[in-house]
This record gives sequence, C-alpha cells and structure tokens, in this order.
Amino acid sequence: MILAADGGTAGIQAGAEVKVRVRDLNVYYGTNHAIRDASLDIEQSQVTALIGPSGCGKSTFVRAINRMHDLTPSARVSGSVEIDGVDVYSRRVDPIVMRRRVAMVFQRPNPFPMSIFDNVAYGLRVNGERDRVRIAGLVEDSLRRAVLWDEVKDRMSDSGITLSGGQQQRLCIARVLALRPEVILMDEPASALDPIATVKIEELIAELRRDYTVVIVTHSMAQAGRVSDRTAFFLDGSIVEVGTTTQIFTRPKDRRTEDYITGRFG
Amino acid sequence: MIADSRLAPRRRLGGTAGILLTGFCSALAAGLLIVILGYVAIQGWGAINPAFVTQLPHPVGVPDGGVGNGIVGTIIIVAIAAVIAVPIGVLTGLYLAVYGRGLSAELIRFLAEVLSGVPSIAIGLFAYTICVKPFAHFSAFSASFAFAVLMLPLMIRTSEEAIRGVPTSIREGALALGLPDYGGVVHVVLPAARPLIVTGLLLAIARVTGETAPLLFTAFGSQFWELNPANPMAVLALQIFTYAISPYDDWHRQAWGGALLLILAVLVLNVGARLALGRHGKKS
Ligand SMILES: Nc1ncnc2c1ncn2[C@@H]1O[C@H](COP(=O)(O)OP(=O)(O)O)[C@@H](O)[C@H]1O
Ligand SMILES: [Mg+2]
Repeated sequence: MILAADGGTAGIQAGAEVKVRVRDLNVYYGTNHAIRDASLDIEQSQVTALIGPSGCGKSTFVRAINRMHDLTPSARVSGSVEIDGVDVYSRRVDPIVMRRRVAMVFQRPNPFPMSIFDNVAYGLRVNGERDRVRIAGLVEDSLRRAVLWDEVKDRMSDSGITLSGGQQQRLCIARVLALRPEVILMDEPASALDPIATVKIEELIAELRRDYTVVIVTHSMAQAGRVSDRTAFFLDGSIVEVGTTTQIFTRPKDRRTEDYITGRFG
Repeated sequence: MIADSRLAPRRRLGGTAGILLTGFCSALAAGLLIVILGYVAIQGWGAINPAFVTQLPHPVGVPDGGVGNGIVGTIIIVAIAAVIAVPIGVLTGLYLAVYGRGLSAELIRFLAEVLSGVPSIAIGLFAYTICVKPFAHFSAFSASFAFAVLMLPLMIRTSEEAIRGVPTSIREGALALGLPDYGGVVHVVLPAARPLIVTGLLLAIARVTGETAPLLFTAFGSQFWELNPANPMAVLALQIFTYAISPYDDWHRQAWGGALLLILAVLVLNVGARLALGRHGKKS
C-alpha cells in the first residue's frame, strides 16, 4: 500500500490513501476517441461513483482499470492506471493475476451455467484451491457477505441460472468476493434489476465499503447519492469534476455538473 | 386512398390465390413424405422380426436370416466417425467463434462450406485412395474416415453457432475472475454451448447413417459378425443396396425391412436432437 503523496487531481484531501491512480488515460475504439485525458484518484475503502449521461465513457473507463479492453481487438489504451503504485499496463504485470485483485461485476448478471455452489467455488478452484473443506467454507462465507446465503443454502446444487435476476447479481458478487479482491469495479450493477433487488444490492455495497475499494458506475444520481462517498462526473469522454458526493450534489463547481445534477440535460 | 375499394377485391383475390397455392404445395410435400414413409413402413413391416435384427444373412432360398451384423457394423462405423469428427469439429468451431477473425477464419469457413457440398461418393473415393488402396484391404475404418469427413462441416458449423450463442458477458465474467482466457472458454463457454453441440452431433449422425455411396469401396460389406474395424464390415445401408438390386423377392422384402430400420433410426436421432434443443431452450 502506497500513500498518496500528492493529490494530483482537484478535490483530493492531502493524505488520503489512493488505491487506484489513473493518469492521462485515453481509450480509442478504432477512430472513436472514447476517453480523453482522464485522470482520477480512487481512494482506499471508499465507494467512488462514476456518473454522467449515457455514452459518455463510464463503462469504457472502468473497463480500462482492470484491462478488460484486452478482449476487444478494436480498443486501444494509453496512459497509466496504477494500483498501489504499479501500472497495470506495464510489461511486468500479468493481467490474469491482476484481475483477481481488481474484480468486476457487470451490468447484466452473468452466472456461469453451473450449480450455485460451483459458481462461487469455480474461481477458487481455478486459482489453485484444492481443499474441499476450505472451498466449502469460503463459498458459504462469500454467499453470506453477498447476503444471499439464506436464500440459497438449501439449493446449492441448483443451476445458477434458476435464480431471480437480483439473486443472480448477488451470486456474481459472491463469486467475486470469494477471491478476496482489493478493488471491486461495478458497471451499473443494478440497472437490470427491479427496485427491491436494487435496494438489496445498494445495502450490500454499503457493507462492502468497509473491506474493499469500490468503484460503481451508475446512471442513477439517486443511487450515487445513496451509496457513494465520492463522485466523478463524466461528459463526452472527459472527467469534468471530482469531489465528495455531498459536494458534487450540493455545491458543484462546474456549470456542466450543475446542469446535469439539476436535470437540465442528459 | 386508404379506402380505395376498387383495388380491394383484386388484392383479396391475390391473397386467396397465394394461400391456396402455398397451401397446395405444402400439402403436396407433406403428402409425399407421408406416402414414402407409409410405403416403406408397409413394405418393411413384414420383414421385421427378432430374427431379422439379430441374425446373420442367410443364403438365397434359406428362409429367415437377418441384418444383425449390418446393424452392429453401422453403429461401429458411425461411432468411430463421431470420435474423429467431434474433437476436430468442435475445436475448429471454437477457433472460428472465439479467435477466428480475418482471412484464415474466412478461408476455413469457406472450405467447410465447399466440403459440405462435395458429393459423398467423391469423399468415398478419396477415403478409398488413402485408406484402402495403400493397404490393399477394405476396412470399416476407411468408411469411418469417409463418414467423419462428411460430418466435419456440420460439426464445425453447429459448434461455431453454439459457441457464438454463448453471451460474451459469460466469457468476460470468467476473465474478470482472473481466469486465463482459454480457461474461461474451456470451463465456462464450452459447457454452456454443449446442448446445442450435442444437437448438432445427433443431426450429423442422422445425416451419415443412411449414406451408402462411400461404403461401396470402403467398408465393402461382410457376411460375418465382423467387429474389427481393420476388416471389411457389414453395414445396413450396403445390405439394403445389395438386396434391392438382387432378383429375389425374399431379399427385396429384407431390403424394405432394412430401409424401415434406417428411417426409424434417423427419426429417433432427429427427435433426440429436438429434445436436447428443447431442454436447452427452457433452461436459459
Ligand atoms: N466495444 C465498443 N466498440 C466500439 N465503440 C464502443 C464500444 N464500447 C463503447 N463504445 C463507444 O464508446 C463510447 C463510450 O461508451 P461507454 O463507455 O459504453 O459509455 P457509458 O458506459 O457511459 O454509457 C460510446 O460512443 C460508445 O459508442
Ligand atoms: Mg455503460
């Protein structure tokens, strides 16, 4: 863990511990310049919300943090993303090992076509855990943390696909928690869910804050207000403003942020 | 204009004629199928009895006798063909669906398409040239090879489609758990695609089960219980051919019986393929 010596970006209190430091990030899809010179400090054990109108590059930005763009042939990334001071794009970083520390939860729940138990145990097994008792313990622990245990404990061998949408998403979160990541990236994790399931996910995120650094993309400002400590506002591929969620929502410095917050566009 | 009634009757007439014409053709097609199936069933039913499916062929004039060795031979030859075609077909489909971009992938797709249009007799000739001639010995294995080549384009196409049908999000989910990409593909994507791949396999088997042309100069046929794939082997489709062109009524009846068995086998495979598909559809 490296302490942030200088807060390069406006709105960072000196001395806050920076977990992820993004500098001059540019992402292109072919000729489409989707992220332009974005810099952001993401603080340890905080929930950082990324907000902004649809198509402004929020997904592109979070996916750059754990190198998910490696899978998209047309995507090109420049700039740096440091986790604890190490650039994930540097040659000596193995993206596969890195992604265990920087996990991701997607917009649409994507449980694997296997049993509920195996969905959570799978990542453990692939990462070398062989002890059945330990695996069972970690699976239960992860499902408890994802507040899903009570709902599935009697049907662990059912397919993950048989769960409701909200349960599937919590299963995907449990799957990620089992690997004990340090950073959890969530791309609109509740947008495909009904209001009750959304509340559960939001409560879960509030819980996660204690042990993890969470980045959540959301198009719902109300949600950003409820779950996040800090907020970054994106527009047309650039970060317009970063600050504590309270400051962004009550005293935005930039006119465009204010327009967005007050619903005057987007 | 919307209410121009002068045009309406003629349009209605056109519509009615269209329904009549397409309906007539559909009825004709369905009727033909039913007549063929019914005719084979009537002709073949009399020949089918326990002896027919369990015994060896008898010489002309000796009553009874069966095609038991041909049934077993068909199963052996098709099974070996599947063992060859499945891994190659699925892995090629996987390559095309997951990694295949650009010229090499297009070329493979094009070749598979061409291959699926090559007449089976040409493929049989090819199998004969490379699997029979060098050894101067007909063999069941050479027939399996020909069948595998016939199944391959089907396996490639259905596997590619099945694997493409698995949402990218599932692959991304595996990747985001710190899995190497091939790990996610092997453990997550392939299992998700399996029901559709099985469906494709059943259809491919149904497709080759009745093939006769490539067998003429590969499996060749046999009068015995032959289980060794290195030797010539009896095959149901070949027996039908031999019996049908013979001058004996007794054998003609047996040919119909064999044809009925083949049709039943293909029917069962097709229903099985539908069932595999149906289960898959319900689950997701
Ligand atoms: N895989 C892709 N290929 C090409 N362009 C993309 C791709 N993903 C996103 N884009 C483009 O990048 C821009 C930002 O998209 P995205 O990051 O998804 O925005 P957001 O998540 O804020 O809605 C959009 O113009 C979008 O069309
Ligand atoms: Mg998005």
